[in-house]
Amino acid sequence: MKPKHQRLALAGAAVAALGVAAALALPALKDQAAYFYAPADVVAKGVTPGQAIRLGGLVEKGSIERSADGLTIHFRVTDRLETVPVAYTGIVPDLFREGQGMIADGRFDDGGTFRAETLLAKHDENYMPPEVAKAIERAEAAAKARPEK
Amino acid sequence: MHRFANPARFLKLARPLTAATLALGFALTTAALWWGLFRAPPDYLQGESVRIMYLHVPTAWISMGAYLGLGITGIAVLVWKHPLAEVALEALAPVGAVYAGVCLLTGSIWGRPTWGTWWVWDGRLTSMLVLFFLYLGVVALAGAFDERSRGARAAAVLAIVGLVNLPIIKFSVEWWNTLHQPASITLKGSSIHPDMLYPLLTSAGGLGLLMAAAVLMRMRAIIAEQRIAARRARLAGDAA
Amino acid sequence: MNALPFVIAAYTAAALCIGGVLLWSWVSMRRAEKAADALRGERR
Repeated sequence: MKPKHQRLALAGAAVAALGVAAALALPALKDQAAYFYAPADVVAKGVTPGQAIRLGGLVEKGSIERSADGLTIHFRVTDRLETVPVAYTGIVPDLFREGQGMIADGRFDDGGTFRAETLLAKHDENYMPPEVAKAIERAEAAAKARPEK
Repeated sequence: MHRFANPARFLKLARPLTAATLALGFALTTAALWWGLFRAPPDYLQGESVRIMYLHVPTAWISMGAYLGLGITGIAVLVWKHPLAEVALEALAPVGAVYAGVCLLTGSIWGRPTWGTWWVWDGRLTSMLVLFFLYLGVVALAGAFDERSRGARAAAVLAIVGLVNLPIIKFSVEWWNTLHQPASITLKGSSIHPDMLYPLLTSAGGLGLLMAAAVLMRMRAIIAEQRIAARRARLAGDAA
Repeated sequence: MNALPFVIAAYTAAALCIGGVLLWSWVSMRRAEKAADALRGERR
């Protein structure tokens, strides 16, 4: 074997070994590397009240309620499997809206409500002009109004 | 293959290519950013801050693509020991670091109004920061040795090892829960409206050409420096 | 939140960084190639 081929084989073996090592290590990281828990994870894992966690999910449509002081908001976060109630006091990010994603740091109180200390809005992968978004909304409303076959 | 590995042949090709990539890159980038800043529509949710995408997304693509090139160049350095591959490795790394840095900077500036935070340690952001540090590591290693080709070989090893980070960046948004949104452009299509997609692709083309121009200029500079060093050594030898 | 300052900041940062790396590449290339040409003339 020529030295050049030997080096090529060696480099190929190193890259392959690296790939295998990474493929083995990454699934093990899956739980640690998760940035947040979804409501279904919270229910499945049984988070104890007072334990600091990060919760992420969609803000359920029609669930946002402002309390009388105007600063605290209550809403429900869902991953379409499970739903948990959340309370947050403070200024919310611009993109915090019903039907959009959010991520909050905080802990559950004894009543099962998640008391959020910080609140981030999560953006999805859709980018479109406002007129297009409105047109889609209209089309969806029209589709819903139509009786199902 | 070996025909292009000769520095003299490379220079013959690189001179016109530098001018072409520089001119076309400037023209495309200027047009794309003007398009993105003034002609493209605002986003239905993000509003005007969506315009940062025309810088953030192309620099992310380019810095990842360039790292793939850096890894392949690293293999060429170790296996074929081409002097030109060593030059390319040394030239590519700092330019790639700047692009990765711009991606991180613009992403952070976009995150503040959109998410409500400058930075979080989620899978995508962290792995992108690792890419930036890998570039810096290659730059540092390549310059850490008195003998140029020893530095290039050490840097090549790091460049190859770092390749493992590329799929991690790509799939981080699918493997783990992240604050960062998943990819908008996939093999199945794009969830970016055409009015925003076209300036985005134009910007990627322009910024890519500008990177190519910067790398070509760096390579020419390094080749000239090597010639100076060689001639100096020969002159010193003659005098002695 | 007004997004305009953020957009301006992002475009300024990107222009400075990418413009900077292009300028550095250009200047270092011009300087090195001139020096190499000068040295070649010296020998003759």
